[in-house]
Amino acid sequence: VCRIHRRDKMLRKSILPTLSRVGAAVSRASVSGSRAKSSFTLPSLPYDAGALEPVVMSEIMTIHHTKHHNAYVTNLNAALDKYADAEAKGDMATMIALQSAIKFNGGGHVNHSIFWTNLCAPKDSGSVSGELAAKIEAKWGSVDDFKTTFNGTAAAIQGSGWAWLALNTKDKTLSIQTRANQDPLSFGGDGLIPLLGIDVWEHAYYLQYKNARPDYLKEVWKVVNWKNVEERFNEAK
Amino acid sequence: NSPHGKHHAAYVNNLNGLIEGTDLENESLESIIKKAAADSGKAGLFNNAAQVWNHTFYWHCMKPGGGGKPHGKVAELIDRDLGGYDQFVKDFKAAGGGQFGSGWAWLVYKGGKLHITKTPNAETPVTDIDATPILTMDVWEHAYYLDYQNSRPNYMGAFLDNLVNWDFANQNLADAGA
Repeated sequence: VCRIHRRDKMLRKSILPTLSRVGAAVSRASVSGSRAKSSFTLPSLPYDAGALEPVVMSEIMTIHHTKHHNAYVTNLNAALDKYADAEAKGDMATMIALQSAIKFNGGGHVNHSIFWTNLCAPKDSGSVSGELAAKIEAKWGSVDDFKTTFNGTAAAIQGSGWAWLALNTKDKTLSIQTRANQDPLSFGGDGLIPLLGIDVWEHAYYLQYKNARPDYLKEVWKVVNWKNVEERFNEAK
Repeated sequence: NSPHGKHHAAYVNNLNGLIEGTDLENESLESIIKKAAADSGKAGLFNNAAQVWNHTFYWHCMKPGGGGKPHGKVAELIDRDLGGYDQFVKDFKAAGGGQFGSGWAWLVYKGGKLHITKTPNAETPVTDIDATPILTMDVWEHAYYLDYQNSRPNYMGAFLDNLVNWDFANQNLADAGA
């Protein structure tokens, strides 16, 4: 059974160092002036849209990146601008009403920004090594057993969401986590750092795998960028 | 067998597997949904049972050559309770578009009035003892992805313009005593 965590905290721009943004910090509203518009931007894919074929078809990568992720960025910026206007007026009702859109679109931007780096062409996938491999084997018995457990958990997510390999920075343990919709894994609140995320929203696989999410999950490991996952682990541990 | 039909078939198979040999085996679908909704340990049963119901209802909500302005009782109540057809379209699309993630947009009859609501994932107004579902629109991505990809708004427009079965809506209202 998947545990769905709900967080209604405002996302803080200052603790999202991996997100690409144009320009410096956004200026605060002054009594008479207006603030600069929010400026989160869509990161580029680190490879061509077709690089993950035949595991993920290029049409999916193109739509996923230029339509879905792009919409999260656009809508995040729009929601943040509205929030700033409301905040300047002290309009608490609007500030509260906007929080679900900020969480949804901000989470979507965070999650997908990590996801593109977690993936690579099949020839570059490699295999997990070093301390991370040792920890995975210690916890799940083998890397294959870890993948089987991960896939079972990811397949069982109801509706839309993500499955994550997470590191708990407090006790240094690995775990498999799930989040509903675009809820982000964590921003340090419970010490969880995302190492590898797999998107199980239907838009991530439907054009190719249709309703067969387990087939997508079986194949997607061929395009996991273990080098990136290990980099994230080494940085976080 | 259409892709969307495969989802429905999977829910049916899963549900049958879950109730076989249990005391729910011979209960009505609505009864199973309500009992499962009340028991947090029965989330898997709820998800499959509710999605069976939701999809069956959804198929009836569409017909070839459907869509466009309503007629009969539902038209009257849309004018009276929802500010007219144009406002209904705006608000129904807002419900479908505002359901982040997977879910459903609903027209329900409750407290003698029409309301527009939305539910996430498998949730359904069947569990609301005071509400009668009148129409639904599936906004899980599988409902539209092959034809519309990311463009849920285009799908919702096509649903309302070309598919909505207002006869079924009127039948549901009549059954509710409206």
